[in-house]
Amino acid sequence: MNNSITLCIMDPPYESANTTTAFRLIDAALRQHIEVNVFAFEGAVALTVKDQMPHPNPVHGTTVEEEKHPTTKDLVVSLFDLAESMKADLNWVNCGLCVDERGTGNFIDAARRGGPPDFLQMVQSSDTTLVVPTRRD
Amino acid sequence: MSKILSIVSTAYRATQEEQDDAGLWVNRALVNGGAEIDLLLQGSAVNYAVARQDPTGLVIGSVAIEHPAIPPQDLKALQAGGMQVFADATDIEAYGLDPEKLEPGVQLITKGSIAGLFRKYEQVWQW
Repeated sequence: MNNSITLCIMDPPYESANTTTAFRLIDAALRQHIEVNVFAFEGAVALTVKDQMPHPNPVHGTTVEEEKHPTTKDLVVSLFDLAESMKADLNWVNCGLCVDERGTGNFIDAARRGGPPDFLQMVQSSDTTLVVPTRRD
Repeated sequence: MSKILSIVSTAYRATQEEQDDAGLWVNRALVNGGAEIDLLLQGSAVNYAVARQDPTGLVIGSVAIEHPAIPPQDLKALQAGGMQVFADATDIEAYGLDPEKLEPGVQLITKGSIAGLFRKYEQVWQW
């Protein structure tokens, strides 16, 4: 056993409960010192975009500071921080072709650009792989 | 490399904006990289197995989508690369599709036998 897992995620930010579930799985794995590989495919390449900005909430009547709501890139940065504190590896690869067509190239420094060969390598080096489908049926 | 069964169950998701169905594309890329993968079509994705379908010709404003995804062609290419392609017979019937009009080589299996199919693979991925 390599003590590592690979996740492939596809949902764009703010569209599906799948994203929260994936983040919780990554968090839980890192806390057990399990190496986590993430291949962000399709819309999930937008999860790490630096240009994301939180906003005030006129329905709640709150300012940005009061709302204090993290963007998905903040959550991913936090996962990298957690990995460091747990001395576990978090490898986050954004599918490059998906990045190009979505214009999401300005992503956080901890993530890197890659493609299916990277996913294949992750699969081959992990104990197990979870593909989180973005089903609409 | 473990033997993998990939399941695609949502059809035509962004197949005009994209050049391919994302699930079929990535599996073909992985096979090209040496992965051993077979494919199961379920749900609305069983429509991919219909041999004669033509998604070309869409124009939005003045922009023509000249190279949309053509799923049965992708299935042919996957099969040529050694991939077995299965389709859920229950969903074929539910969508009113004629089994005689499917892409050659697509193997129909009943929902009841899918669990047994899973046992032949080391990993099962749902796209």
